[in-house]
Amino acid sequence: MDSQILMDEALFERVVDRLAHQLLEHHDFNHLDLIGLQPRGYWFAQVLQRRLHELRPDEHINCGGLDVTFHRDDFRRREKPLNPSSTHMEFLVENRHVILVDDVLFTGRTIRAGMDALLSHGRPQSVQLLVLVNRRFQRELPIEPQYVGKTIDSIDCEYVQVLREEGSDKCRIMLLNQKPE
Amino acid sequence: MNHLSVHHLTGIRGLNLNDIELIFQAAKEFKEVINRPIRKVPSLRDLTIANLFFENSTRTRLSFELAEKRLSADVVNFSSASSSVKKGETLVDTVNNILAMKVDLVVICHPHPRAPQFLAKKVNTIVVNAGDGTHEHPTQALLDAFSMTERLGDVRGKNIAIVGDIRHSRVAISNILCLQLLGANVRVCGPKTLIPKYIGSMGVKVSHDLDETLAWCDVANMLRIQLERQDDTSIPYFPSLREYAVGFGLDRVRLDRLRKKVTIMHPGPINRGVEITSAAADSDHSIILDQVENGVAIRMAVLYLLASNN
Repeated sequence: MDSQILMDEALFERVVDRLAHQLLEHHDFNHLDLIGLQPRGYWFAQVLQRRLHELRPDEHINCGGLDVTFHRDDFRRREKPLNPSSTHMEFLVENRHVILVDDVLFTGRTIRAGMDALLSHGRPQSVQLLVLVNRRFQRELPIEPQYVGKTIDSIDCEYVQVLREEGSDKCRIMLLNQKPE
Repeated sequence: MNHLSVHHLTGIRGLNLNDIELIFQAAKEFKEVINRPIRKVPSLRDLTIANLFFENSTRTRLSFELAEKRLSADVVNFSSASSSVKKGETLVDTVNNILAMKVDLVVICHPHPRAPQFLAKKVNTIVVNAGDGTHEHPTQALLDAFSMTERLGDVRGKNIAIVGDIRHSRVAISNILCLQLLGANVRVCGPKTLIPKYIGSMGVKVSHDLDETLAWCDVANMLRIQLERQDDTSIPYFPSLREYAVGFGLDRVRLDRLRKKVTIMHPGPINRGVEITSAAADSDHSIILDQVENGVAIRMAVLYLLASNN
């Protein structure tokens, strides 16, 4: 299997820094919630939350993890069954500004399911999308991110692999020429 | 393995440990769903489910119906009291007629043991057993075991007592099978007349002393005296309800006599003052209402996993 590095640990750190500063520039944290889509989006949202806390130690930023399994549109249409992850939402998003966070944006269907799942926790004032990697092509729904770590051009059969170190904020992103088994 | 090994849920017999763990994992997430402000997910929106209740059962039907509606399925209810079954139609004909109206899954509660297994072989649909006579009640056993794991962490190695009318209880058989799969030690307790002879062959210990059983167990699952099934013999199984309550009823005095905390369960409906007094049923040892809440989550998990498996 061929692979290339899209983002090494050092670049990942700089990207997290940039995204955190972009959020600081555009938002008042009294009304902002970060909500990551399980499993890796929630991890990435927590990485961002920790970085934001370093930059603004006095401000509290809500961070939740949302599982979209029950809201997916490919249930009973896939070869393999979908097993749920846990949802960690200890707050309501009613009238809040929400940044939906995911690791890779590809077809847009997970994000659609995420927005559907989000509405079960209240009606947010606004929802914006932040992704670590934006695969520009093969979008199947009219969904575009407001904040992007890195935009890449890739073809359908390729696979973006997010390799994170357990228990740390370090991460490396690879582009593989096929989906691993 | 991330899918069930079965295509129907006709009983706990046939499930393996992985199946039960999978159901518990999904139920945990569904419990979170039913505690959200909007308690509904769209997973089964393209499915129609028929609840076929050939036997009176209020809470099981309500629990299944809520689980189906929380999963966005279309639901039709059928009760034998107002149906052509009274006119002599067979079970297979009744179900095939319902399936011809494009129903994808049937939940069946029937007074005859093994009716769901029979149906699963004869008709082309997913069958879920909601209780078949005195045979099995798999979703009740799953929700009981799930409630125990929530309270105790893990039931492996724990002592679980099932007390009361074992002879007429489908809950008892399913509970024994499920808890044994999960590695618990199971004991049944009740008057000799209400404990069937075959129970020893299931690998459970038998006791006729409630106080000694309570001292042994971590959880006591108090079964209902099934008054509607007591007249299948000319000789009563016990002299009077009062005498049963004295020998096998759980009350505050018995609980206070113990030097440890025993979790109390009851599958409902409760005959207050017979198998359990109000003081015991409403004490902080009791997880009876947790069982009811978990019932919806477990049934959502079962329906979701069976639907994704077919």
